[in-house]
Amino acid sequence: MIGKLDSRIPSGPIEDKWTQCKFENKLVAPANRRKHKVLIVGTGLAGASAAASMAEQGYQVKVFTYHDSPRRAHSIAAQGGINAAKNYQNDGDSIRRLFYDTVKGGDFRAREANVYRLAELSVNIIDQCVAQGVPFAREYGGTLTNRSFGGAQVSRTFYARGQTGQQLLIGAYSALMRQVGIGAAELFTRTEMLDLIVIDGKARGIVTRNLVTGKLETHLGDAVVLATGGYGNVFYLSTNAKKSNATAAWRAYKRGALFANPCYTQIHPTCIPVSGDHQSKLTLMSESLRNDGRVWVPKKQGDKRPAAQIPVEERDYFLERIYPSFGNLAPRDIASRAAKRMCDEGRGVGPSGQSVYLDFTDAINRLGAETVAARYDNLFAMYEKITDENPYKVPMRIYPAVHYVMGGLWVDYHLMSNVPGLFVLGEANFSDHGANRLGASALMQGLADGYFVAPYTVGNYIASEKQPVIRDDHEIVRSTLAGVKAANDKLKSIGGKTPAETFHKRLGKIMWDKCGMARTDAGLKQAATEIAALKKDFWNDLLLPGDSSTLNSELEHASRLADFIELGELMCRDALERKESCGGHFREEAQTAEGEAKRDDANFCHVAAWEYQGDGKPALRHQEELKFENVKLAERNYK
Amino acid sequence: MKLHLRVWRQAGPEKPGKFVDYDLDGISPDMSFLEMLDTLNLKLVRQGEEAVEFEHDCREGICGSCSMMIDGNPHGPDRGTATCQLHMRRFADGATIHVEPWRAKPFPIIRDLTVDRSALDRIIAKGGFISVNTGNAPEANTTLIGRDLAEAAFEGAACIGCGACVAACKNASASLFTSAKISHLAKVPQGHPERKHRVQAMVAQMDAEGFGSCSNTGACEAACPKEIKLENIAEMNREWARSFFVRE
Repeated sequence: MIGKLDSRIPSGPIEDKWTQCKFENKLVAPANRRKHKVLIVGTGLAGASAAASMAEQGYQVKVFTYHDSPRRAHSIAAQGGINAAKNYQNDGDSIRRLFYDTVKGGDFRAREANVYRLAELSVNIIDQCVAQGVPFAREYGGTLTNRSFGGAQVSRTFYARGQTGQQLLIGAYSALMRQVGIGAAELFTRTEMLDLIVIDGKARGIVTRNLVTGKLETHLGDAVVLATGGYGNVFYLSTNAKKSNATAAWRAYKRGALFANPCYTQIHPTCIPVSGDHQSKLTLMSESLRNDGRVWVPKKQGDKRPAAQIPVEERDYFLERIYPSFGNLAPRDIASRAAKRMCDEGRGVGPSGQSVYLDFTDAINRLGAETVAARYDNLFAMYEKITDENPYKVPMRIYPAVHYVMGGLWVDYHLMSNVPGLFVLGEANFSDHGANRLGASALMQGLADGYFVAPYTVGNYIASEKQPVIRDDHEIVRSTLAGVKAANDKLKSIGGKTPAETFHKRLGKIMWDKCGMARTDAGLKQAATEIAALKKDFWNDLLLPGDSSTLNSELEHASRLADFIELGELMCRDALERKESCGGHFREEAQTAEGEAKRDDANFCHVAAWEYQGDGKPALRHQEELKFENVKLAERNYK
Repeated sequence: MKLHLRVWRQAGPEKPGKFVDYDLDGISPDMSFLEMLDTLNLKLVRQGEEAVEFEHDCREGICGSCSMMIDGNPHGPDRGTATCQLHMRRFADGATIHVEPWRAKPFPIIRDLTVDRSALDRIIAKGGFISVNTGNAPEANTTLIGRDLAEAAFEGAACIGCGACVAACKNASASLFTSAKISHLAKVPQGHPERKHRVQAMVAQMDAEGFGSCSNTGACEAACPKEIKLENIAEMNREWARSFFVRE
């Protein structure tokens, strides 16, 4: 069992902590950096930016992705934008305000010091990306422009049309490819991490599978950096890319890394509603649409008239009504739950009654269709392709969907897990967003972690540790490799009748119904029973055709699903133990008279960090108390 | 909907490939093309057969993974649409549909519909970047870029690296892909210091990978899911010629 969790937050006032940390860090001299090897898993914003930056510093960098190219990582799909406290709009923004908004947006369940650093570094990110040639939107005078996003009353979101994630990732990817081109970083594509090698309690390497040849290999180094994204696909249907998975993080958990707040998931309010059983994924419509779109449902239950025939006085613009000061830009968790309440009251629209309108009629009348098109045309076109409805003519229909996870591997201020030498960046860690992430903050965190935090803190770790040389024939390296082979063989040997896809859908339904937007004590207990049964069926009846020595997407899916099932169990357990509501975690037992989330600061103002205890044994729950010295703990109010 | 599919199956790079016929029933017109293939794969797996390997990930038209010829068109019949955004309502009930991988020598087939497009990454690695180490950047607003210029740079930057342009080209030229990056970085002032080296190095790598020459037929532009314009190639050619006459 591990000892007390040490978050290693530097002393001193919050404004000086990062400066202090950097000053206290030990350094590796430039000529010595080439002697040290860093293994970076994942090439999204966090992984690509960390790999590029550490290769520039002179470390030997090996970087891994299961995609055919680093540029395919799911960061590419982020639409709306990236926050930064530049105050270019002269509207009273500051590092302190971005810090405050993020802590409050996270419903006071994030670590203050980490969030402050994030806000502080946000301004450097914009500088770096512009220098790389990222084509952010601009004013006629040539300066950068901004738009507004949920949970903020200032305009601080930088964007590149509706493709901000793509442009930022291409920036980080090109920086990485520059290092690959000059031989400073070694790139392994179509290579999936399947285990973490821990020797003398420290992360020293990884086991990978070449997805084309099936060959298992080991890679050893001084530190391992996981930037492997989130686990939203545990719900089967989510806005995540199809291959996004929890495997790297989960296998690190099974090697001793703590998993923090797994139940904190973000349900995004504006997604295209489910159209049928064949649905393979859900598509997000950027939050930026809520700048101009108005969300409404009919006042009457079961009103089946087309939207245009419902007079204004018979419409309920419920976000504007309930949250007048933030209106349609209420934070994601709040807006999602409000939409769910409307549908639960029988006022939902569309064939299934499981959607609400996002209406641009007023914006088109006020600004003209051309201006609206300039802002959102690519999103409108995407909506029309999927639904066959033209949002210039009929209001969009939207419904909440799983989008992001705030939970992830536990890390300290250095972004190092409790396993020394294992660093976790971006969505894969738990650190900055508390129980709810604000829009346009995921890109900010991925790039802050990768460009500006890890290159300092990983260097400090390397300088502080004297590592013995490990070779491939080390007993633990060999046994870890053998374990991965045995696990793959076990999947292959089941010889059942049910494909992985079927099990995945079944898991998704359990999670969405019982550990989704609303959770109850009875429901979560029921989910645990159902997942246990699912797990048993999976290991008895999985059908897995094909060979493990060639490209075999069925094997990849089954291997990832095995981890999702175990993670689902832990998420339900975490949700059950956290008897309060906070941010995206809504326990029906804990709500105010108006149906808002009711926190319990006396008992739950902490991070829950779970320790693996072995197969079939319940995980052990640790707590890291959260102290709020700069932001007053208050009821989160957007009214 | 009922469909008759003819799908290219190939076990590996050196193995022979062939079209295999599959009949599908009960396809919803609201399915995406990839969801239709998911349905096929589920059926195959249930019969204990190997699934058709195809590339996909975001299914929102932005990651650039999906890569298949549908009835001879890269990404299928619709303009400005990646395969994942193509829906079955675009096909007639009872249609026969041919599905093949990208065909180009620099994109060797790995398995079924999956090809190796790493040649495109190697072109980027030669010069598709601005050399600015982390921490070196000046304050963002010290670089002023007019709105129109920023928009024009975006047009090239929007490339998703799918390789449809190569697949569409009778010469298997990667000119549209390469020129989109060159043109993006030549337009913004941050890209100017390396203009000369960039265009020469990227064009040399494009040739070294075995991509063919551009003969200006415009098939690439017609196939591009991001509707990247042929003018980028003209701009690349200008940049290339310029690089031999301008001292920097």
